[in-house]
Amino acid sequence: MTDLSADPGGAEGLEPAGLEAAGVDPAGLGPGGSLAPVGTVAVAAPTLRAQTRWRLLLRRPTFLVGAGILLFWVVCALFGHAFAPDNPLAQQLLSANTAPSASHWFGTDGLGRDVLSRIIVGARDILVITPLATVLGTILGTALGLAMGYLGGAVDLIAGRIVEAVLALPAVIIAFLFIVALGPSTWTLVIVIGLIFTPLIARTVRAAVLTERNLDYLSAARLLGEKPGRIMFREILPNVMPAILVEFTVRLGYAVFAVATLSFLGFGVQPPTPDWGSDIAANYSGLLSGYWWQTLFPALAIASLVTAVNLITDSIEQVLNA
Amino acid sequence: MDIVYRVRGQDRRALRDVSFSIARGESYGLVGESGSGKSTVALALVRYLPRNGRVSAGTISINGQDPLSLGKSALRELRARTVSMVYQEPGRALNPSMRVGRQIAEVFEIAGVSAQEATQSAEDMLRKVQISDPGRVMRRYPHELSGGMAQRAVIAMALASSPSLLILDEPTTALDATVEAEVLDLVAALRQEFDTSVLFISHNLAVIAKMCDRVGVLYAGELVEQGPARRVFEDPRHPYTVGLLRCIPRRGQRKDTDRLDTIPGFLPAPGHNLTGCVFAPRCALAADRCRESPPPFFEVGELRTSRCFFHDRAPELPRATPASIGALRAQGTGEPLVVVDELSKTFAGGIRALADVALTVHQGETLGLVGESGSGKTTLARVLLGLTGPDPGSVVTLAGTPLSPDARRRPRDTLRALQIVFQNPDSALNRRHTVRSLISRPLTRLARLSGPALQERLEDLIASVRLEDRHLALRPGQLSGGLKQRVAIARAFAGRPDVVVCDEPTSALDVSVQAAILNLLADLQKAERVSYLFISHDLGLVRYLSDRIVVLYLGRVMEVGPAEAVFAGPHHPYTEALFSAVPTLDGERPERIRLQGEIPSAADPPSGCVFHTRCPRRLSTGVCESTEPPLLEGEPGHLTRCHIPLAELRIIQRKESAPSQGGSQ
Repeated sequence: MTDLSADPGGAEGLEPAGLEAAGVDPAGLGPGGSLAPVGTVAVAAPTLRAQTRWRLLLRRPTFLVGAGILLFWVVCALFGHAFAPDNPLAQQLLSANTAPSASHWFGTDGLGRDVLSRIIVGARDILVITPLATVLGTILGTALGLAMGYLGGAVDLIAGRIVEAVLALPAVIIAFLFIVALGPSTWTLVIVIGLIFTPLIARTVRAAVLTERNLDYLSAARLLGEKPGRIMFREILPNVMPAILVEFTVRLGYAVFAVATLSFLGFGVQPPTPDWGSDIAANYSGLLSGYWWQTLFPALAIASLVTAVNLITDSIEQVLNA
Repeated sequence: MDIVYRVRGQDRRALRDVSFSIARGESYGLVGESGSGKSTVALALVRYLPRNGRVSAGTISINGQDPLSLGKSALRELRARTVSMVYQEPGRALNPSMRVGRQIAEVFEIAGVSAQEATQSAEDMLRKVQISDPGRVMRRYPHELSGGMAQRAVIAMALASSPSLLILDEPTTALDATVEAEVLDLVAALRQEFDTSVLFISHNLAVIAKMCDRVGVLYAGELVEQGPARRVFEDPRHPYTVGLLRCIPRRGQRKDTDRLDTIPGFLPAPGHNLTGCVFAPRCALAADRCRESPPPFFEVGELRTSRCFFHDRAPELPRATPASIGALRAQGTGEPLVVVDELSKTFAGGIRALADVALTVHQGETLGLVGESGSGKTTLARVLLGLTGPDPGSVVTLAGTPLSPDARRRPRDTLRALQIVFQNPDSALNRRHTVRSLISRPLTRLARLSGPALQERLEDLIASVRLEDRHLALRPGQLSGGLKQRVAIARAFAGRPDVVVCDEPTSALDVSVQAAILNLLADLQKAERVSYLFISHDLGLVRYLSDRIVVLYLGRVMEVGPAEAVFAGPHHPYTEALFSAVPTLDGERPERIRLQGEIPSAADPPSGCVFHTRCPRRLSTGVCESTEPPLLEGEPGHLTRCHIPLAELRIIQRKESAPSQGGSQ
């Protein structure tokens, strides 16, 4: 998942911010306005290339911390079974509800299963569903946003009202509807969360398209007889890529939350498959009996993942704006 | 004074050894192209350099005070009382959330006047900048004012503290010609009244020539020539000044007889390490000596200095381009290609951008379209291209065939025939595409080329717009403004068009780059027999390039005619005012007609003749207010929309310009 920021399309598609954007004004054109002659210098202000952005990103401690945490969970998701201390499904009723100790670092749950192992292995489903759902939502949202922003008129009006209607309903209610209809499964979750994100992402993309819409390169494309599809995806899309990239990473954080919430409510990953959300749901009644470790550690896992994604998001956003 | 900017840990020198002085009440002009360091000078004077900039050597003294060594409060005092600044865009210099009157009064209050007195003083000040109804303007917010009005308010604010130095940084660049003329007159009058010293910064040589006593020419951060403004422009003694002046089309120059000269090469990058003269790499006179050591200032006459070893030979600077190309002269009698009749365009809100416009573009000619902002120039271009649909009943034909109002419904061949070069290449070129794809796409779409044929034509095309192979892989952000505009021109010419609309193609470019682009357009016209619809607010350019001229005002054609006839007169009173408003380098025009007031709104045009509210020749009979005059042919091919017949206008205008030899030849 760290490859998000290295996505060649996205990173190449960055604003060619010159020195000026970096807070530098070599030509001394400070208060120059739109009519001021633009860069006559052959060696025009060097643009920040993808590589430069990468280096800037790698220099940010927040990014490194976020990426480190994320990488840890990715490793857990991929190879968790190999290094988890115990079998996450093995019930040992005799040692149920034992507090954290040397043999069970994070303690055991009500069925005597090792909490640490369940957390390590439980990273898998959430780390599969979240990116897939976000990618789905981004693709659909981008297509919808491009159409609304570029075609405007009736398309924008109708799609806009539908988007608003969807946004007005609580996301959980919509999710319930779909899950009840489709039956809970990994794929249902991907589709449901993807569809819930679609209008949100569409709205952001639409706003980005509107700032492009009045630029002359679109008129020029129309004068070449280009079809709307090509204008949207080949002309506009590369220019709104930075906005989409940021929106994608923001949504990724929300997706982690959404998956955990749905699992907690019993609409997500089904027991006995280890999962942070459903484990909290299964054990939180134990809090009253003082079995805090059964709830706290999965909750911390969710929190760490959300935090990691947000740290990465912030860094990407700041580097894009640099 | 030296100024360096610290960029990525390296010092880059933005100004090198710049020194000048401005006497009390004197007006000093700084002229130079973008990147020359003009604004850096202004910022340094009030110590507003960005955080990474610092003055590394030298001193600044304003009234004996050095802003560089002042403490915080003394510096604030200096900025508040001694120096004032007026920026290019009045809209951005005013606080949008504060009423204009309040903003001006604040300046007085800072000077320690009571609130009531301050309001009164603000009103007086607005009256001084010739705002006829100051009370009303004071209650307005900045966005409710027109550009000219806002700039006056900014000037009023700048003068409120009775500064001893007024810095004007491109104060009229964003304004229309007739408004610019008024603002310039105002600044000149106020300078007399307040006895203020003025530092006037502009890229426009004619404006500097008109406004300033002395001028300094800035190139790549160095002052290369200095002296009395008129003398410098009449008899430049530095090759750069010579070259710059040759880039500007002068009266009497035309595309078919005189080719504009250009300055070869590019401005050195900021922070360059040239050991010798900064201009040597671009100078035809440069010898080894120039590259080895920087030339000192040479005295080249009374109060004049030039930083050139060969200052005595500067006027003989060899041309960078051949003087004449013998451009094909369109006779204006080619077949009519584009015919527009009864063209109207009404936008939502009843804004009538175009009203019954009729014009014809003949094959191979350049039709110049002149008018101020809001005259409908760009709307006309967009309607022709099919980017904006005209009102029903409008007729637009190409070679006799009616054109669909929507470009999407036009057949490929029509799209090929009509192309455009936009004003701003940054907006017109997709910044994510490479030059190669920007140029090959139209070849695929419009010329239906592919494979080796496309490659061959692509190479021809980039050669004809003087781009090089190495540019093909670059994106627009990596090109200079001039190169970007060449890419845009190549795109327009890819399908071998019949008519190319040039919408202010050089207004975003520097003078030396502009000349090269104009030459390119003239060359392409000769080679391709293409017609141009050339839109510009710069009358000098229009005159240089056009065969015929259309003058638009509030969406109406006021005058049409052969270029020379329109320029030489007799002209429509509006055209006359427009010409007299534009400062030129060819000496002051004797007749100085100033239009009063602002351009009326197109949503609510004046009754009768739309120009009557500002017309200096309005008839006392009242006919101008009541009936709109028809467009009448006074001379063959020369039409005016005026109640005064052309023959009569000739008599009036000749009489007035008779005492001096002025006017146009």
